[in-house]
Amino acid sequence: MRALLIGGLGGDEAAYHAFLKDLSRHLRGFLRARLARLPDDVEDLVQETLLAVHNQRHTYDPGQPLTAWIHAIARYKLVDLLRRRAGRDVLNDPLDDELAVFAVSDTDAADARLDLGKLLEQLPDRQRLPIVHMKLEGLSVAEAARATGMSEAAVKVGVHRGLKALAALIRNKREE
Amino acid sequence: MKTDDLITMLASDAGAVAPRVWQQRYALALGAGLIGAALLMVLLLGVRPDIADAVWLPMFWVKLAFPAALAAGALLAALRLSRPGVAIGHVGAVLAAPVLAIWVLAALALLGAPEDRAMLVWGETWAACLVNIPMLSVPTFVGVFWVMKTLAPVRPALAGAAAGLLAGALGAAVYALHCPELAAPFIGLWYLLGMLIPAALGALVGAR
Repeated sequence: MRALLIGGLGGDEAAYHAFLKDLSRHLRGFLRARLARLPDDVEDLVQETLLAVHNQRHTYDPGQPLTAWIHAIARYKLVDLLRRRAGRDVLNDPLDDELAVFAVSDTDAADARLDLGKLLEQLPDRQRLPIVHMKLEGLSVAEAARATGMSEAAVKVGVHRGLKALAALIRNKREE
Repeated sequence: MKTDDLITMLASDAGAVAPRVWQQRYALALGAGLIGAALLMVLLLGVRPDIADAVWLPMFWVKLAFPAALAAGALLAALRLSRPGVAIGHVGAVLAAPVLAIWVLAALALLGAPEDRAMLVWGETWAACLVNIPMLSVPTFVGVFWVMKTLAPVRPALAGAAAGLLAGALGAAVYALHCPELAAPFIGLWYLLGMLIPAALGALVGAR
């Protein structure tokens, strides 16, 4: 996994894809073990953590143990979720805990309740369009720049900021 | 969106990432902060007029070395606290060593001259010290917080304190070129407090 990440940081897209894939499995196990009482939140948090890892990938030092880095990010996201939950659950009927046992959907691991596609639509055009063109339609920077009428630098900045904004949107969504 | 779709989205055209960008960013922030502090000091306070004579006094260099050593320890702490999963290690001891050293010097000075104790502790400019060190720490404070914002501190309050202490220590080192005081008790008390003000502020800003 470490070699895949280092390859990915060096610009190897296939290696980076394989790294994220491995990472999602690892995170799912890590978070499921720690969110036994909130199984429906696991996949949301997997996605949120994947996005955080991607946005913070420049903070990984190749000399550093990968698990320590990953777990620090995942734990930060986990604590953040639990803290927000704790604040909200005060208002909730305690019976909810019992009911949740019957509402568990453990089978389809790849389904998240959070719809990132919908959140993406909330981003301003200068961030949303570069992400849609480059990340979803697979256009190159030059092509995305032509399609949007933005400069290549602006397209790159748009993708970068857009993914950060997306991470922030997920957080706010949770607080609702 | 399925997790696999998210992964495909993140991986597509992810591009290469410059290794260890934080090192350059920290270097930039510290360089700019130091220049900013030096400018503020020269323009608002002025270098002490007798600096040519002062450089021959050992205490002048102690007064520079004390904040410089704290700055080094705070930088180490800030670098480690800026990124996820890096252990802080023995940073506490690295930070405590210069404080203990100046306190030993202070104790010796106080024991050596019992009748001058009040003067050794209070000096003539202790209030200025508490205002000017935080003031000179502002450029570095802003710079280091900017760098930390681009990184990912998972312990924000502690990271903010380290950033504030780093800024305060650099501010104190620059202030030492203006400040006429040379007594170890003065430095061990007022310089330390002057540096702790931005550190406390940093912890508050970091925790937000």
